[in-house]
Amino acid sequence: MAADSGTRTLISSAQMRRGRGRYIYWTLLTVVVVVFTLVFLGPLYWMVTGALKSGQEIAQTPPTLWPEDPRLTNYTDAWQQLDLAKLLFNTFYYAFGALVFQLVLDTAAAYALSKLRPAFGNVILGLMLATLMIPAMVLIIPQYVTVIDLPILHVNLLDSPLALWLPAVANAFNIFLLKRFFDSIPEEIMSAAVMDGATPLRTLWSIILPMSRPILGVVSIFAVTAVWKDFLWPKLVMPSPETRTVSVGIYAFSGGTPMNVVVAAAVIAAIPTIVFFLIFQRSIMSGLTAGSLKG
Amino acid sequence: MATITAHGKPAEVSGSRPLPPARRQSRRRRQLRNNLTGYAFLVGAVVCFAVFSWYPMVRGIIMSFQRTRRGETTWVGWDNYERIVNDPSFWTAWKNTFYFTALALILGYAVPFFVAILLNEFRHAKGYLRILVYLPVMLPPASALFLFKYYAYDPSDAGLFNAILKFFHLPTSEWMQSTTMTMPAMVIASTWMNMGAAVLIYLAALQNIPGELYEAAEIDGAGIWRRIWNVTIPQTKLILSLMAMLQIVATMQLFIEPLILANGAGTQDSATSVAYLIYQHGFFQNDLNGAAALGVIMLGVLAGFSFVYVRLTARQD
Repeated sequence: MAADSGTRTLISSAQMRRGRGRYIYWTLLTVVVVVFTLVFLGPLYWMVTGALKSGQEIAQTPPTLWPEDPRLTNYTDAWQQLDLAKLLFNTFYYAFGALVFQLVLDTAAAYALSKLRPAFGNVILGLMLATLMIPAMVLIIPQYVTVIDLPILHVNLLDSPLALWLPAVANAFNIFLLKRFFDSIPEEIMSAAVMDGATPLRTLWSIILPMSRPILGVVSIFAVTAVWKDFLWPKLVMPSPETRTVSVGIYAFSGGTPMNVVVAAAVIAAIPTIVFFLIFQRSIMSGLTAGSLKG
Repeated sequence: MATITAHGKPAEVSGSRPLPPARRQSRRRRQLRNNLTGYAFLVGAVVCFAVFSWYPMVRGIIMSFQRTRRGETTWVGWDNYERIVNDPSFWTAWKNTFYFTALALILGYAVPFFVAILLNEFRHAKGYLRILVYLPVMLPPASALFLFKYYAYDPSDAGLFNAILKFFHLPTSEWMQSTTMTMPAMVIASTWMNMGAAVLIYLAALQNIPGELYEAAEIDGAGIWRRIWNVTIPQTKLILSLMAMLQIVATMQLFIEPLILANGAGTQDSATSVAYLIYQHGFFQNDLNGAAALGVIMLGVLAGFSFVYVRLTARQD
């Protein structure tokens, strides 16, 4: 992504550097930077400062750009009334568990499909990829019925984190990304390991995984953000107040809570993902395009 | 010393064992062991897929022809489908969902593409603009939607959007309380939340267009719009059509926007979506079977779209 500065795009760099072209370029750039900042950062600013306003001030017309009397009470109220510490802990716990389950089971599966290639491996891969075609909403009812009474075991997973972790493993996109990366690792390395008497597990652990750090990073980021953003599934399978995720908890409280307090809670719920994004933005951006098909 | 078979698989590690008499048997045994090792690595993921994806798929179809009352399940033929089609909100839900999908295609499909084209031309502030566009994608949707619900779509003049409209002396709107503005308001919120991902995918596609094509077009006297039409769009055709398909499938599942912005149904059913109707039947009307039937209908409609898509793209190539 960094090497593109020299390549020719729609309009040549030479045209942009000269006379009228330069003038238009800089005007347009300034306009876009200002507009994008307003459109994408503006609402976030509005959210954070709005929750600092009092109930009267938020109902004022026209609205104030900067809170006249900024107060943290909405944030502290949200923290206490919604028990946000508990909700945030739950969400972290579910995200971490989903990450571990996906890293262990999906990596193992992708490794088997890419390097060990047992009989019918391609059929299994095909069946996994076929699930990408099925919209999540179509499966929600039968999945729910399955989770409240697991086949054969007859266990009810409601309110158990496993109800989030195990379905998260059934993620064909992650397996596809991992398998494609493992495919690019030369076969000679594998055979060298076999010759040295390494077991398949040992090969995976000491050779494949250390070479796959970039893709493992991408999959981890996807796993964590998916849990953090998910709403309907955790709402259904984590119904009791003690086990809710932060999004579901805010929604459940939104009915009888003043709107400034709800928005304050929404801000607090968004902070971890924003921080996460700013730390990992490079990997997230490259990860998005790693899975994409080159046009 | 390992020999590589045609599949590139390390198959034989010879030397330690005398081969000739038991050769065929040991090869078969090794093959078996290799398969078993493979399955051992696969089993965790396969069980998860089987229990939470493959089985529910079949179960959904079976459920849609059954009815469970007081723990007793009976086959009821097409009863569930009949009941769901006769739900007073059924056709409204489909109409709303299609309307949302169409509006989202106009706004949420064209806008990211042109934003990507624009961003691709800039030689400065690239990283900053990319982060900005992607930032809303990282927000939990519930957080972003409460922001829209309470601060942006406030029907009084204290709301952000009405304040802006008023500032420019434009007519204000009741947003979610107006039956006509409900859908456009949901599309705006949804596009704001989701467009970042599409922009980045388009940007990656744009960067793969060979610069010589633009060079040649320019020499032939093609202006900027002609270059977009004759170079950019044909070169990104594959990703453009794929994203259209993905977006249709995603927007047809419209759920959290009506749930949070419009408390589910909205004013006079103006926000009810098919996915919301599934949720309603399944978890409020104690009608999991009817909900499953609606799920199957939705699957059928989306499969129809995919079929049309495959036919269209196959003809293009």
